[in-house]
Amino acid sequence: MSKPDVVAAILCAGATLYAIFGGADFGAGVWELFAARKRDRGLRERIEQRVALSLGPVWEANHVWLIFTLVVLWTGFPDAFAPIMETLYVPLALAAIGIVLRGSGFAFGHTLGDVGAQRAHVVFAVSSLITPFFLGCVVGAIAAGEVEAGGSGNALGWIGPLPILVGVLFVASCAYIAAVFLLDDCRRAGEEELGEYFLRRSIAAAVVAGALAAAGLIVLHADARGIFDGLFDEGLPFLIASVIFGLVTLVGLLRGWSRALRPLAIGAVVALVAGWAVAQFPYLLPDTLTVADGAGDGAALTALIVVFIVALVTVVPSLALLFRLAQRQALE
Amino acid sequence: MSLPSVPIADNLLAARELMAFTLGFHIILACVGVALPAMMLIAEFKGRRNDDEVALDLAKRWSKAAAVLFAVGAVTGTVLSFEMGLLWPNFMERFGDVFGTGFAIEGIFFFTEAIFIAIYIYGWKRIDGWKHWWTGVPIVIAGVGGAFSVVAVNSWMNQPQGFALDGSGNPTGVEPLSALFNPATVYEFPHMLLAAYMVVGFGLASIYAISMLRSPAKRSDRRHRLGLLIPLTVAALLTPVQIFVGDVAARGVADHQPAKFAGMECIYETGPDQTEWLGGICTDDEVRWGIGIPGLDSLLVGFSTDTVVTGFDQIPDDEEPPAHTLLHLAFDTMVGIGFALLALGGWLGFYWWRKRDFPATKWFLRAVALSGIGAVVAMEAGWIVTEVGRQPWIVQGLMRTEDAVTNAGGLWFVLVGAIFLYAGLGAIAVVSLRRIASRQEPGGDVGAGLPYGPPAEEPGR
Ligand code: HDD
Ligand code: HEM
Ligand code: HEM
Repeated sequence: MSKPDVVAAILCAGATLYAIFGGADFGAGVWELFAARKRDRGLRERIEQRVALSLGPVWEANHVWLIFTLVVLWTGFPDAFAPIMETLYVPLALAAIGIVLRGSGFAFGHTLGDVGAQRAHVVFAVSSLITPFFLGCVVGAIAAGEVEAGGSGNALGWIGPLPILVGVLFVASCAYIAAVFLLDDCRRAGEEELGEYFLRRSIAAAVVAGALAAAGLIVLHADARGIFDGLFDEGLPFLIASVIFGLVTLVGLLRGWSRALRPLAIGAVVALVAGWAVAQFPYLLPDTLTVADGAGDGAALTALIVVFIVALVTVVPSLALLFRLAQRQALE
Repeated sequence: MSLPSVPIADNLLAARELMAFTLGFHIILACVGVALPAMMLIAEFKGRRNDDEVALDLAKRWSKAAAVLFAVGAVTGTVLSFEMGLLWPNFMERFGDVFGTGFAIEGIFFFTEAIFIAIYIYGWKRIDGWKHWWTGVPIVIAGVGGAFSVVAVNSWMNQPQGFALDGSGNPTGVEPLSALFNPATVYEFPHMLLAAYMVVGFGLASIYAISMLRSPAKRSDRRHRLGLLIPLTVAALLTPVQIFVGDVAARGVADHQPAKFAGMECIYETGPDQTEWLGGICTDDEVRWGIGIPGLDSLLVGFSTDTVVTGFDQIPDDEEPPAHTLLHLAFDTMVGIGFALLALGGWLGFYWWRKRDFPATKWFLRAVALSGIGAVVAMEAGWIVTEVGRQPWIVQGLMRTEDAVTNAGGLWFVLVGAIFLYAGLGAIAVVSLRRIASRQEPGGDVGAGLPYGPPAEEPGR
């Protein structure tokens, strides 16, 4: 593996971590949104409380993975970053606004009085839906070849079948991961009834996400032939792994497993991103810029690799400490 | 189908205003992220060492405020990361790999800050004694490191180094460390770090001063007194250091960015014996309505009135910074406020020396109440000097801002939208802080009702 390849792998790792942990946060907001129409106020409040409890300690840390991914992209591959930003500024700007509203909606949902907090919850929920959608559009548009190296491209190119489909797929995956995570959290905390609620939603989300992924293959065949071919070539093992993970999770959900669900769901996402990455390789921007051509200066790449290792070494133990603490009883 | 692109000149102005507005907003919250944790820890230290419940209570209160403001800092910072690419794609394309390491390192500090603030807040009820104090230390370190890594990038824009240019003007042979440790970092980083501590120190003290002014009974309330004294002492002690660093910065600018220096001091003709102008308007050929002190400018730059200082006459017209008067007044505002704050610190110090107490008089409290705003204004003015003074360059001497800007349309609408959005954010943050300050939690659980903390009544327990 050459140095640019390693940094490309780091980029994918950052994006995957964001997809899983940031995705679970977004998904939780999506479930709040669906629950908002429910008459049963008690249920709504329990869901909001569950989400607050699960996200509370980590909502900002999870989100740093996005910043990290952006920075790796602009430092490691400035020649890809610039045209992406210049071409897809509309969905990117909308995603940025979504992130502002989501973060502040979440924070102020805790701090404001009744009416204010309710509005903040709505803002949090709605922006949890739109943000992953637009981020998905960006990924889809890149896959569809809308962003060209060195060019400023067509600013409306992201309004096409593949980008929109990937956007919807992102939302569905977030909802799926969140439902599985929340289900697990509920069971650990002994909230059986709410656990049932998220169990049903996990199954539904799994089916929807699976169907969307299958539809994605068809659109991929039409709009991004290179990636489609790659997926059934070098990407095939990952594609198969992802399908297996997905099916096993579904079985596990139906049979009432609990501990294994979280890792299984994570496995499905990791396999999917890895498969996609392998299929798109060597292109950073299909079909105009390769990883090797788009890479920044060698010393900057080395620095990124070092920083990534240091980040893992500091983040993993601190997160472990935080999780242990959040599960611990309060001292008296 | 495609969206129309916009004339560069129009876009340039909109993009600059947008960047300036969002940065100017974020930097206030960034100050809180950098310096408030240290204030919390000082209060907690005092509380634990002397078994002082009042000091511990202050630390708890400040950590709650930190939680709310960190959240707003995080979202506004994310906007900036997007803006770097959305507004200045050509800058990122050409130089992203040279300075990007700074932002990557900052990522580590963001993680640390985000995780440990949650640990600290959860920890009030779950970690005992001094161990809890230690969980706050990483937040303080992350604040310092985070400030270093971003400000180093800004310093690099002022004094770029750590790379060579190839035939087509693109950087090669990048040395990330050399880029980060450029000569401007030496003064910009400490100057900004101290500014953050001053903004938070004077700012926090001013909140207690206002409440003492409103209800005189609070002047003898121990929590209010301590809440005023701790941050005010820290800020007052740092002010002289800040003035010293600012003086070093000014000489650095005179050496390396003579156009910026000529702008902030309004120097027209190159030569020795330059007059130092206090205030005034910089017209095309002279300073009007200012107070001139002959020779002082040369003396400050080179410790002798014979020092030759570069004026506009030796700077090509298209490399002169815009808005000379703005630059000059911004600089004078910063320096003026710096000395006013020094005087306030002197007042406190003198009184303390004689009476072992602070002067709880109306006039002193009024001065403290103003000091918070003053420190913020000084900091914003300093950034105007740095950023507007660098124009027309985005990277001093190497890339013009007009060559860096995007051609995407609609930036003026985005600017208006951003102003409304941020105004709303700011207002809601203030409302939230007031609510938290007045809320009486059942059982006094610190995390309750905070974005990073446990809920008031934990279900299932
Ligand atoms: C509390 C805030 C504060 C105070 C009291 C001062 N400054 Fe300052 N100054 C800043 C806060 C600041 C800053 C944080 O806003 C800047 C912007 C960029 C930087 O590194 O620090 C700055 C920039 C800045 C610059 C431009 C640096 C550059 O462009 O690279 C100069 C020359 C000075 N300052 C000089 C001074 C002097 C001589 C002061 C004496 C009283 C002073 N500052 C007080
Ligand atoms: C430390 C990190 C910072 C970085 C990397 C940075 C970067 C930039 C960039 C890329 C631009 C646009 C290009 C240009 O106009 O030269 C800019 C402009 C500007 N920034 Fe900064 N900035 C930083 C901090 C700040 C802060 C804290 C402020 C606070 C007010 C600020 C105020 C401005 C202003 C006023 C402009 C517009 C200047 C003009 O166009 O006249 N900057 N900055
Ligand atoms: C162009 C300039 C800047 C960019 C791109 C930027 C970016 C960011 C981002 C992405 C975050 C959010 C991280 C998170 O999710 O936790 C953030 C927060 C923060 N930034 Fe900035 N920033 C800039 C300027 C500055 C400056 C000049 C300083 C300080 C000197 C600063 C200090 C901080 C701090 C301390 C935080 C933590 C926020 C908090 O917890 O309150 N930033 N910034």
